[in-house]
Amino acid sequence: MTADPSTFRFVSSNRRVREDRRFVVGNGHYVADVPLEGMLHVAIVGSQYPAARILGIDASAALAMPGVHYVLTGEELAGAVDQLMNGLDTPNVRRFPLAVGQVRYAGEWVAAVVADTRALAEDASEKVRVSYEPLPYLTKAGEALEPSSPPVHPPHGSNVLLDKTFVWGEVEKHFTESPRHLSFRVTWGRNSTVPIETFGVVASWDPWREMLDVWASIQMPKYPDQIARALRIPANNVRVHQDVDVGGSYGVKRGIKHTVLVAHLARRLGRPVRLLEDRLENMRGGDAHGPERIFDVDVAFNDEGIVKSMKMKALDNAGAYAGRAPFQLGKPIGAIVGPYKIESVQYRAQSVTTNKAVQEAVRGFGQSPTNYAIETAIDKVARACGLDRVEIRRRNFIRADEFPYLIPSGTRYDSGEYHTVVDKVLAHIDYPALQAERDRLRASGLLAGIGIAACLEPSGGNSSFEPLLNEKNQTTTWMDSARINVDGLGFVTVTIHTTSAGQGHETLAATVVAEVLQIDPDLIRIVRPDSLACLPSNTPVGSRMAIMLGGACFHAAQKLKAKLTRIGAFRLGVAADVATYENGAVADPASGRKLDWAELVNIAHRGFHLLPPDTEPGLEATHVMQVPTGDKLPEGGRVQMYPCHSFEFHMVLIALDPVLGKPEIRRYVIGHDCGTVINPHIVKGMTLGGIAHGIGAALLEEFVYDDEGQMLTQSFMDYLLPSSHEVPQVEIVHHCTPSPFTVFGQKGSGESGYLGAPAAISGALNDAVADLGIFFDKLPIRIFAISDAVAAARANPTGKTAV
Amino acid sequence: MKVALRINGTLREAEVEPRKTLLDTLRENFHLTGAHAGCEHGVCGACTVLVDGAPMRSCLMFAVQADGYEITTIEGLAPAPGELSVLQDAFCETHGLQCGFCTPGMILSSHALLEREGSPSRQEIVEAISGNICRCTGYGQIIEAVEFAAERLRKANAPRGSALPHVGAPGTEPSAQDDAAIEHGILEAATAHDGGPK
Amino acid sequence: MKPAPFDYVRPQNLAEACAILSANEDARVIAGGQTLVPMLAMRLARPAVLVDVLRLPGLSGIRVEEGALVIGATTRQVEAERSPDVVRHLPLLAAALPWVGHPPTRNRGTVGGSLANADPSAEIPLVAVTLDAEIVTEDEGGMLAMSPDDFFIGPMLTAVPMGGLVTQVRFPIWQGGRIGVGFHEVSARRSDFAFVSAAAQVEVGADGACTRVALGIGGVGDRPVRLDVGSLIGMRIDETVLEEAVEAAAGGLDATSDLHASAEYRRRVARLLGARALADAYAEALAKEHG
Repeated sequence: MTADPSTFRFVSSNRRVREDRRFVVGNGHYVADVPLEGMLHVAIVGSQYPAARILGIDASAALAMPGVHYVLTGEELAGAVDQLMNGLDTPNVRRFPLAVGQVRYAGEWVAAVVADTRALAEDASEKVRVSYEPLPYLTKAGEALEPSSPPVHPPHGSNVLLDKTFVWGEVEKHFTESPRHLSFRVTWGRNSTVPIETFGVVASWDPWREMLDVWASIQMPKYPDQIARALRIPANNVRVHQDVDVGGSYGVKRGIKHTVLVAHLARRLGRPVRLLEDRLENMRGGDAHGPERIFDVDVAFNDEGIVKSMKMKALDNAGAYAGRAPFQLGKPIGAIVGPYKIESVQYRAQSVTTNKAVQEAVRGFGQSPTNYAIETAIDKVARACGLDRVEIRRRNFIRADEFPYLIPSGTRYDSGEYHTVVDKVLAHIDYPALQAERDRLRASGLLAGIGIAACLEPSGGNSSFEPLLNEKNQTTTWMDSARINVDGLGFVTVTIHTTSAGQGHETLAATVVAEVLQIDPDLIRIVRPDSLACLPSNTPVGSRMAIMLGGACFHAAQKLKAKLTRIGAFRLGVAADVATYENGAVADPASGRKLDWAELVNIAHRGFHLLPPDTEPGLEATHVMQVPTGDKLPEGGRVQMYPCHSFEFHMVLIALDPVLGKPEIRRYVIGHDCGTVINPHIVKGMTLGGIAHGIGAALLEEFVYDDEGQMLTQSFMDYLLPSSHEVPQVEIVHHCTPSPFTVFGQKGSGESGYLGAPAAISGALNDAVADLGIFFDKLPIRIFAISDAVAAARANPTGKTAV
Repeated sequence: MKVALRINGTLREAEVEPRKTLLDTLRENFHLTGAHAGCEHGVCGACTVLVDGAPMRSCLMFAVQADGYEITTIEGLAPAPGELSVLQDAFCETHGLQCGFCTPGMILSSHALLEREGSPSRQEIVEAISGNICRCTGYGQIIEAVEFAAERLRKANAPRGSALPHVGAPGTEPSAQDDAAIEHGILEAATAHDGGPK
Repeated sequence: MKPAPFDYVRPQNLAEACAILSANEDARVIAGGQTLVPMLAMRLARPAVLVDVLRLPGLSGIRVEEGALVIGATTRQVEAERSPDVVRHLPLLAAALPWVGHPPTRNRGTVGGSLANADPSAEIPLVAVTLDAEIVTEDEGGMLAMSPDDFFIGPMLTAVPMGGLVTQVRFPIWQGGRIGVGFHEVSARRSDFAFVSAAAQVEVGADGACTRVALGIGGVGDRPVRLDVGSLIGMRIDETVLEEAVEAAAGGLDATSDLHASAEYRRRVARLLGARALADAYAEALAKEHG
């Protein structure tokens, strides 16, 4: 930590979020708002079968329709573009934007129809005749492990994409030595972030300038590079416009297949081409589903509830192509013991292909499912030991004086005061009163339970999981950048180099630069150049922007401040380390003489003769920042994953009628510590939004496939996003443990709330039904499943029911 | 078919297919892009507009059905360029949004509520926005925004001397730092150089 | 998600509407469109012609007439929700309306549209079934009044004659002074389609015994059904009596199973909510002044 919190002027203050003004008047600039002359529109022909050989595609009827320009097939596209990037070393799992020869899930894109309007393209897409020969298929991860299962990618030889076991520490010894063990299975249902804006992209090819212009609803590292590679064109022929507002992402807006498709069409047809997924395309074939995971967990502990060792097997159903799914098993390795001092861990990560849609990066990148498994284990140990669930967490927590703390998998946690956060939450919520309220509810005939979750949000993301799971990948660099320019009139413009999806990056950058330069943030302009004018960015993934964009802005501003100080000191005739910088002016503390901002700007821009020797004219500073702690490759299966670790502690009281089964959240309190908060409004919004998303994952949201391999939840009538009725008023208890690794002590908060809410809600429901011998072992926990389980338990009071 | 629609107080004409929704017509024919397509089947509410003052789904209405009504879009709410309505300003004050995609619909639904009910309860606000899905905020700061706007509107004609306290959750009040202008700030720089436009 | 092409006509009067409908078997009536337009958008419905009846003269409005509350088919759900006549004469509908969709869909959706679309879990059809309302249709042959039992055939399926449309619904007004209603519903989210809904209306006499009772259940099977709880008449209702009556009445209830709710769940909850709706209705009736 470089800055002194006692001097903060703008950091941590409740300033407005500057982006909000344009959105409240409907003046956002989303991809659907990009108007291009002569633009054509794409509609998709999707597969009806979960697996089938494509025998032929007859587009003649479609092409005969007025207003229809083209029908693109997978054969043609695969001949013109390279396959999409595959993060794992699985060369025979090939993926193209349109299916080639074979379809691998119901809804997979088979052909793209281009027409004057979207409506005409849809009309024509109905006329495209595809003949199929159905093939055997599978939808369950367990089946995919069997060698006899029908292979989704026959050349790959099996359905296993990844099966890697890590052993960190003396697991077997600890298991042998521990007096008590327990084991269980829990399942995280397939859901995703499902932004209200679907993915969209517009591409335009200028053959005279040899330039591909792209506007997209994108949040993806190395997007322009991936486009260029797939299209086999120089990367500086691709210009991605970063001033497109993204209508929500939370990880998933990575439409590379969409982009390669429309980019090819734009070049082929010589017209701008747009593909905006409609909701059905988005849900069925947008390739933006999230983890679907079965956890088998064994823990070794003692009578005091101290958990010594854990074995976790995570089997993830990746869907039809690798996508980002396998890596989402890798990232949680950086917090595989949660906030606990578990001494050794065995972790087996298995990723398999099935005939379901493809996963994309989802908020937390696999951490929330993992936290659900860990927290379920802690709850079960508490029950086995007859201990209070808060008490057992206290006993196992890493203590504040033990940081930085090295966990078995090789990641050093930066800082934390877990016990203090818990104390503050318990005081706020009045834990005994909460328990009494639960008991009162129970006495009134309701089921009632308290849910508790303590977990970490690893932040400042890099991609250490890639070299960890794929030794051919030797990437350690994972940078972000800022450039500050002070113009000849003294006004400050900061460039940032990525799109935003509501995270408030403009506010972040302005706040940080203003803090360092001690000037009014509202007078700072923030711009996003197109990708060709950009410095490196890895985009807002891995809860990284407060740390990485904030850090880059800080360092760039420091460079600028240093230059101003040098200029001022030179004019004042004092050494640069003697001169002081305050509120944009440079002073000689001894004499009190000073040069104000205007004079310094004037010298830099117009008075070369007044500059110190060997000084570049103008006032510009650039900083490209590497992730803190990101200085080496994984070694022996151990890795420093992310640099910072925010902490959250959830307590929730849920009541429900035992027959209706509908959970009502009566109280929701979260203790949240993400170090120094840069903008409190933004952090609050992230946390509340994350909890709402977690409520969805726990109770409502799931992409369900039937036994025929068809998805049942294609629309918002069946895939249920929480509305204002389902999200309770949430109380936030703040705490701040600064990170030693960041400039202001900030940590990430982009995934907060979501990482613990599903575990907390599951815990509350299981607390409510534990006395009936019921254990809900799968998310989402549906209303009818609760009621049915209670009815079964009451009919058969001695049996154990896992639901 | 030819349609003549009264939108934000102005009669505007377009030639549309009968199957074209009011949403697509607003966006494509009239370049009013504040209404957004989120689901196009009437669940998410991102396309909400006011029809005779009542919030409705513009994706569940065809343009050919929309003549004769007073249609208000988010573009019709700001009193003047650069000036926000009290409600819009309240959304900025509490940061009742993130990505902004649901925001126009959310504000129009809330606007209709406040036109009808000056002192809505939390439950009434929840009900009024329940047809607008927000994936970013978890609704907390949206509800605060509507409460804050109601409070401001109620006090708009309050007699002199009645203080205007900030409402909202404890700890969200703007700190004194917010307005801390920097004395030797950069505005002065503009006056110190050799000419050029200000 | 754009509808397949269609022609659009807005007839000037009912006769013209009926003529168009009878002349074109692929014609379909649209009023508020809150159920139909999503089906058009997903191309699950592909009419050749949409006949917009929303502004037909005489089809909208709420009035009391010969012991019935008559609601014109194109009356917006929100108008019914806010109508003093509905609150006064048809408290069961008043209790059910806030559960219909959410505010923006009630602002445009119509009472007749909800009946004509016959969603098994829709609230307005449930109230019509519970109170044995009369659903009036009209075609070139003239008017036809049907009981809900005849009108609702199955999911999204009604007995509206080919070439005809729903024009009004006549809810009988119970004249007694001591009338109470109860309405309960459970769904995944507040504004979703009900897994189960229950509507009850009870009249009690001076002695506190039931003199008239109606109970309907929606969402469970392929259409809303009225349950026979006539055994409660003459009884003072307590929990035991109630449970027995509902248990007996709901015994043979057909229930569907889907992703969101099992058939067992629907049956179990139908009994619970049926009993609760009746209990609420009885308590409300009892609380009213005599005569």
